[in-house]
Amino acid sequence: MTASTTAGCAAPDQAAPLPASLDLEKETVITGVVRDAAGEPVTGAYVRLLDSTDEFTAEVVTSPAGQFRFFAAPGTWRLRALSRHGNGDTVLTASRGVNEATVPVAVD
Amino acid sequence: MSRDTTLVSADWAEKNLETPGVVFVEVDEDTSAYVTGHLPGAIKLDWKTDLQDQVRRDFVNKDQFAALLSERGIANDDTVVLYGGNNNWFAAYAYWYFALYGHHEVRLLDGGRKKWELDARPLTAETVSRPATQYVAQDPDHTIRAFRDEVVAAIGTKNLVDVRSPDEYAGRLLAPAHLPQEQAQRAGHVPTAISVPWSKAANEDGTFKSDQELREIYAAAGLDDSRETIAYCRIGERSSHTWFVLQELLGHRNVKNYDGSWTEYGSLVGVPVALGDEPGKE
Repeated sequence: MTASTTAGCAAPDQAAPLPASLDLEKETVITGVVRDAAGEPVTGAYVRLLDSTDEFTAEVVTSPAGQFRFFAAPGTWRLRALSRHGNGDTVLTASRGVNEATVPVAVD
Repeated sequence: MSRDTTLVSADWAEKNLETPGVVFVEVDEDTSAYVTGHLPGAIKLDWKTDLQDQVRRDFVNKDQFAALLSERGIANDDTVVLYGGNNNWFAAYAYWYFALYGHHEVRLLDGGRKKWELDARPLTAETVSRPATQYVAQDPDHTIRAFRDEVVAAIGTKNLVDVRSPDEYAGRLLAPAHLPQEQAQRAGHVPTAISVPWSKAANEDGTFKSDQELREIYAAAGLDDSRETIAYCRIGERSSHTWFVLQELLGHRNVKNYDGSWTEYGSLVGVPVALGDEPGKE
């Protein structure tokens, strides 16, 4: 299941269920979907997690259903999505447990 | 070293996909992206199964490297163009191997897979095979590889550059934020290491910033380029990216990549560790 994700840096499958071993009392999961102007999910978008100082923290590629997921920490984060359909941003304040967000993208 | 001899643009790559003597190589830790689509003609190297020793914690030795390249059809006089996902982290790691084992003509594709995809350039799922070669690797160049004792000895004397994210540096996270945080080793950084996240060197499309921007970033962070430098991260791939910037783009001398990085250092018994956002004392 998630063994392959723990040793290195490749992003795990963004559509996979959360691992059963995950302790949501401790982990801060930020998850959601990238959507285009028509509201359709965007696959293959690059989602960047930026911290409260706008410093890059991590990046994943969205699943066929447009999903992304980060394991972060409580605090304020910016999600920045890059795609062939355009780019977009959203800011959220995350707490422990699962935090959901939608990132809209549109041609600039 | 300079961009002319170390980096190619996506435009150059697209025009040279079929040029004889130019071999495109996708390098990733997870090669599933390669399977669904890669640059036409590109072969793949799997960071975990091809480039790491499968028993002890080390990367492939000279003979293993030569056997791998021979089997994949890379010749000593080929120009090897490396690219991959994760903003070229593992491609930069492989570049460092090619440099370590003395390959003459090796380049990184600026922007890697990300820029290629965002530009909607051609990708194909076709199977690629190249005729085997008789590749000869050189003895490893240890002037670009740092080992743990050298890192401990460098505290307070050499430039130590921690290229992980600020939260990893400070000890608030143990791994990049797209991975579960269950690693067991201690968090923090090597005392006196400055924090210059690898990402500061890259634009959001994965291309490298300009030489002038790069020089300003490291100068502002307090990197003294008259001294030797050791770069590290968690497993040595992001620090390969920074090693590439400092030595191959900016032409610094005596830059080493510590591939053991935090997963080794943060598990050593008795070595000093600093917590928080400041470099800390010796």
